[in-house]
Amino acid sequence: MATITARGEQPLRNEHDIVLCRQTVRHLAKEAGFSLVDQTKFVTAASELARNALIYGGGGELKWESLLDGIRRGVRLSFEDHGPGIPDLEKALTDGWSSGTGLGLGLTGARRLVNEFELHSTVGVGTRVMIARWK
Amino acid sequence: MDRIPILRMGRFLLVTLQVDMHDQLALRLQDDLTNAIQAKGAKGVLIDISALEMVDSFMGRMIADISGMARILDARTVLVGMQPAVAITLVELGLSLPGVDTALNVERGMRLLERVLSDGDDHRPR
Repeated sequence: MATITARGEQPLRNEHDIVLCRQTVRHLAKEAGFSLVDQTKFVTAASELARNALIYGGGGELKWESLLDGIRRGVRLSFEDHGPGIPDLEKALTDGWSSGTGLGLGLTGARRLVNEFELHSTVGVGTRVMIARWK
Repeated sequence: MDRIPILRMGRFLLVTLQVDMHDQLALRLQDDLTNAIQAKGAKGVLIDISALEMVDSFMGRMIADISGMARILDARTVLVGMQPAVAITLVELGLSLPGVDTALNVERGMRLLERVLSDGDDHRPR
């Protein structure tokens, strides 16, 4: 069972918050000792999900946790919005499917870039995407 | 309002993307660059992303769009300086940047543009 060594949260209300989110995640990934490639993958996944929360969810927040599991370090991120929710989760996780103007790579692409991925969504309530990556 | 500078190098334009661009800045670049291609009659555009530590699908699409817009305006775009970690991530993300020419650095990008333009096949559809 992983223990949480640090946690925090920050808002995702505008484009600048996406930039700040990337900076936070880069910092956490570096601290956890991720290789440069793993840092890049994790930051890119975070950027996709932060933008989703902003564009489709109308904004929300990023909650982060630094994890320690034995000698393994990791980072867990949760992107939460209070938007319309996703009616068909299976469809949303199909490559190339997009409800908006994007490429439809955000969710599926982010999932490929991380070790753990969970998507929870309730129509009319909001969406929460949790990702984690381990060193 | 921030702007990304567009430098002129002979027949070509050079744009250097900096770390952590926000979306509006990226979109403004499309406007500025297409206007610059037309105003200066540029035949080639070099987009230097060596300073970018990550490229997500939004930025990738922006780059692909710019390349497509430039093509219609009779200019070729070469994306230069991509960091290896960015390349690995982009492919895993599922973004292969179809139709975008790449070179390892600005110098090679210039040579690529010069070669392509001197071949005279710049009107040939790809």
